[in-house]
Amino acid sequence: MTKKAISLGILALAVGAGSGAYAGPDDDSLVINDELEMVTETAAPAHMEGIDTIYSGWRFRTDETQSLQLDDFDNPAMLTVDQAIDAYSEVDGSENESCASCHGDVESFAGLSAAMPKVKDGNLVTLEDEINNCRSTRMGAEEWKWSGQDMQGMVALIGLQSRGMPVDVAIDGDAAPFWEKGKEIYYTRYGQLELSCASCHEENYGNMIRADHLSQGQINGFPTYRLKQARLISRHNRFRGCIRDTRAHTFAEGSDEFRALELYVLSRSNGLSVETPAVRQ
Amino acid sequence: MKTTSLIVASVLAAGMASADAPAPTDVVFEDGAVAASLTGTPGNAAEGRKIMNKGAGNCIACHAVSDLAELAFHGEIGPGLDGVGDRWSEPELRGIVANAKNMFPDTVMPSFYKTEGFIRIGNGFTGKAAEGAVDPLLNAQQIEDVVAYLLTLKE
Ligand code: HEC
Ligand code: HEC
Ligand code: HEC
Repeated sequence: MTKKAISLGILALAVGAGSGAYAGPDDDSLVINDELEMVTETAAPAHMEGIDTIYSGWRFRTDETQSLQLDDFDNPAMLTVDQAIDAYSEVDGSENESCASCHGDVESFAGLSAAMPKVKDGNLVTLEDEINNCRSTRMGAEEWKWSGQDMQGMVALIGLQSRGMPVDVAIDGDAAPFWEKGKEIYYTRYGQLELSCASCHEENYGNMIRADHLSQGQINGFPTYRLKQARLISRHNRFRGCIRDTRAHTFAEGSDEFRALELYVLSRSNGLSVETPAVRQ
Repeated sequence: MKTTSLIVASVLAAGMASADAPAPTDVVFEDGAVAASLTGTPGNAAEGRKIMNKGAGNCIACHAVSDLAELAFHGEIGPGLDGVGDRWSEPELRGIVANAKNMFPDTVMPSFYKTEGFIRIGNGFTGKAAEGAVDPLLNAQQIEDVVAYLLTLKE
């Protein structure tokens, strides 16, 4: 492993001289804890026009980063997930309730994250919305910040109950107008650099942009633990960073624009395994 | 009131930096090329070489260039630029660097001499909205410097 990682490092430098040998996803397969096989490559869902095959972001990372996701003992996200397990059964707020007192075992959430966000009563609702709704209206507790570690730890814990299941988010019916709006955002070339999500993650996945190996920008592994930031990163935080990097006025975390974008981007992951919590560079 | 005069002052300063350079909206493109120098001052290839790697230029984020091999991590989004001085004329290179979308419609290459028509333009990389007049990514003399550098890239 180490030897391969070193030669990969040299390859990255060789690309500087224009070899292009780094292109594309690698051929590795992801089996977690030696037993849970993940689908990291499959046929693109019918609604996608520009791409035939979808790949997990894991396939674009170095062997070193990949290895941190192979075993839960090595996965740095699990520390925050452990804290969420404690928080899940802790009483908080004026109503003397914990998540566990109403929802029982956290395993009861199996399958939920594979199909979120979804429309309820005419609103597009994310997991963060559900959690804060329970905290404020059912527990009398303070809402958590969208990208705080308490919130993202809980999102990761609930997501972990669906790990290995295929992403299967609905885009028709009530969801259709939100999905259309998200799609429009995905293809809009924002900012002074005039780049859309598609400019990088559809037209150029597999290519290097400066020191970064571009993936398809899939969100089946979120919240992901980012080594660079040493914490769990929410989907909306990642969107905000990518739009900011086009020298654009970005949207806020928890905005309706990012809810719609989340639905659309997740629909591009339909068929890949839920990988939560993934590890990225 | 005070902010307005500050903005006016900085617009004036930016204008003065490149003497009588045409505003980005006034540059004449013919088949994607720009015949006349934007400044009348010959480009400085050594300065252009620096812009390839820094700030708003950052061309090697997307292009590999053997002459810049001392710098780590060249991108693969656009073609390698070795020999580009043989493939394109000076007016063509000026057009490509100033606004590549005239030469290559829908290209992902940013327009470096452009100040209008953006969607949700930000204040640099802060993620906040831009305030006041927008400076192009490169000023007129920087465009000339980069073109002078590209003309040195011969096979
Ligand atoms: C007082 C009881 C109560 C407490 C405490 C509570 N919830 Fe809920 N929760 C509910 C009810 C009732 C629903 C609505 C169920 C539905 O819509 O099917 C719900 C819905 C949810 C949903 C959406 C489920 C779905 O199938 O769409 C999530 C996720 C959730 N809660 C998470 C939490 C978390 C995490 C906590 C602790 C921070 C918590 N809840 C605390 C009662 C509670
Ligand atoms: C200038 C190029 C660029 C643009 C434009 C861009 N991104 Fe990214 N994005 C990156 C880079 C570089 C990374 C880190 C490497 C990777 O995973 O592709 C990244 C990572 C991501 C990731 C994390 C993937 C993972 O596996 O963890 C997501 C999700 C993402 N981008 C979504 C988006 C969305 C949505 C948009 C449009 C709002 C967007 N990006 C626009 C360059 C870009
Ligand atoms: C976001 C990526 C990106 C950046 C940044 C970028 N370019 Fe490009 N460039 C491209 C792409 C892609 C093409 C290919 C044109 C097309 O889309 O067909 C290109 C084409 C070119 C060409 C024509 C090359 C040939 O051999 O035909 C030149 C010259 C060029 N770019 C110069 C520059 C310079 C100089 C800079 C910096 C001031 C720069 N580029 C920045 C993406 C980029």
